Amino acid sequence: MNSSCLKVFPMALRWLSLVWLFFGLVASVSAQLKFDVSAQFRIDVSGIGLTQMPITIMTFRGEAVSSQKISDIVRADLERSGQFRAIGAGVDGLDELALPNLSAFRQAGSDALVSGSVVALPDGRFDVRFRLWDVVKGQDLGGQSYAVSSSDLRLAAHRIADYVYERLTGDKGAFSTRIAYVTKAAQRYRLWVSDADGENAQAALTSPEPIISPAWSPDGTQLAYVSFEARKPVIYVHSVGSGKRRLVANFKGSNSAPAWSPDSKTLVATLSRDGGSQLFALNAAGGDPRRLIQSNSIDTEPVFSHDGRLIYFVSDRGGGPQIYKMSASGQGIERVTFSGTYNISPALSPDGRWMAYISRVGGAFKLFLLELGTGNLRELTTTSADENPSFAPNSKLLMYATQQQGREALMTTTLDGKVKARLSGQSGDIREPDWGPFFKP
Amino acid sequence: MTKFLLSCCVAVLLAACGTSVPLSDVPVADGTVKTLGTDTPGVGGTGNVITGNGVAQVDVGKRADQVVAPAAPNTVYFDYDSYVVKPEFQSVITAQARIIKSKPAQRVAIEGHTDERGGREYNLALGQRRAEAVVSALSILGVAPSQMEAVSFGKEKPVMMGADEAAFSKNRRAEIRLQ
Repeated sequence: MNSSCLKVFPMALRWLSLVWLFFGLVASVSAQLKFDVSAQFRIDVSGIGLTQMPITIMTFRGEAVSSQKISDIVRADLERSGQFRAIGAGVDGLDELALPNLSAFRQAGSDALVSGSVVALPDGRFDVRFRLWDVVKGQDLGGQSYAVSSSDLRLAAHRIADYVYERLTGDKGAFSTRIAYVTKAAQRYRLWVSDADGENAQAALTSPEPIISPAWSPDGTQLAYVSFEARKPVIYVHSVGSGKRRLVANFKGSNSAPAWSPDSKTLVATLSRDGGSQLFALNAAGGDPRRLIQSNSIDTEPVFSHDGRLIYFVSDRGGGPQIYKMSASGQGIERVTFSGTYNISPALSPDGRWMAYISRVGGAFKLFLLELGTGNLRELTTTSADENPSFAPNSKLLMYATQQQGREALMTTTLDGKVKARLSGQSGDIREPDWGPFFKP
Repeated sequence: MTKFLLSCCVAVLLAACGTSVPLSDVPVADGTVKTLGTDTPGVGGTGNVITGNGVAQVDVGKRADQVVAPAAPNTVYFDYDSYVVKPEFQSVITAQARIIKSKPAQRVAIEGHTDERGGREYNLALGQRRAEAVVSALSILGVAPSQMEAVSFGKEKPVMMGADEAAFSKNRRAEIRLQ
């Protein structure tokens, strides 16, 4: 409500409106700001100087009838991004059609509001609708509706979070993407594909032997990984939808560390078929491997830059393991990491700005972030057994494996290290995360 | 009900003030009606798809190749960050070389391992070095390279659990396995 508007009102009406506003505010704030404690996973916020947008995600009208609490999923997604702080949970009944009392939400400290509904359709699907409001400007920022099967309700919720994230931050949301990871439980190894929050996990592969180094194909339909099921490490490419697998590297010795070129045509991998651990390029469709570089050192953990022109990799040619880069054809090797005596597992952000990696500090293995353009370096964690970082496709979050209370766990962190979340959805040891690409329609 | 009336009053007042908030019957979705589950790779689809997110399950099953217990000591242990075969394990190498040479058709896997510290892929490469060091030691004693394959399990298959040197020292090893 703006003040210039009030001037045209007679005095009595102005007084009346203020009274109504006051009561409306008290009623809605007390009912709507009941803090929700049923978060999907714990989110740790540390450090000062955080700029988080306060947002209210109303309980969606009718979401109790669906198998998924849409508003909880949206809220957890947005909080995990580190960009938002959820305040209030709200009352049932304020859906996407309702005209919310925005000034009450503004008084309560909220900058944005999401309301919506879930309706069961006669064919068994659900109609999920929402609307986003800019509380500060009093603007309707639009909404969407989705007709989904019960199993896609989570996906609808992640799409809503993507919409909100993009409208409010200007960056594309990466909540409706998928991740892959490996669990070890009761001597069974499983490769899982799940939502980006670790939920809705489905086993793609179950094996009595270890599975490591899953890597999504750039189109998000296939996973390359290393399986020990033949009592040695070999590389498969696995179509996630069909379950069809292709053995792409089963040469004498060890075959490991597959990395996709951005055009999906080439896999670079570490092969020991000619002795040592050396980098080779393989045609993803099959064919003889082509040696990229020849050395007496360990060369492994290749990863392509976003534009496909460079390959970053780990080599101990200088003594301990360090990260190097070279052209995709194996020319012009340059060292990238200089601080520390043990730097491994490079991950490059899709926007080309960052390299995350693991560095040994004292006896601890810790996640670091290097800004490639400036050389600025950040230590992101306080844990001591970090492994295998992987960027969200929007380059705004990192996922990594670590150990907490003696168990292997997956975490996400913002790039400033201030907001971390432990992914739930699995018990036991969870490891080897790889964040898949954006879905391409 | 009271709350509803209050909200209505506030809404009417807000609308009367000429804000940009539409009064009622807000059109849903701005014409954007998206159907999830059909237009997205991995969502929906046909074939062996089990659920909407399209992950087919593959089970490799039980371990096929049961490992035969070795007839003689077959494990060489290594120092931290080292792949040097220590003199005290030369007797293991010598005895194994004699067995392998007596069976020219015998295929042998030399499996390298590391302790749990550090990355999985880098440890795989370190384990490969240990396996290849044992292959070299065996070939010096006359074992045909064609009989041997050096492979690595990195830190994936420790024989002793634990985060202390007692466990680490048992896990930094190469095993000579007749296949």
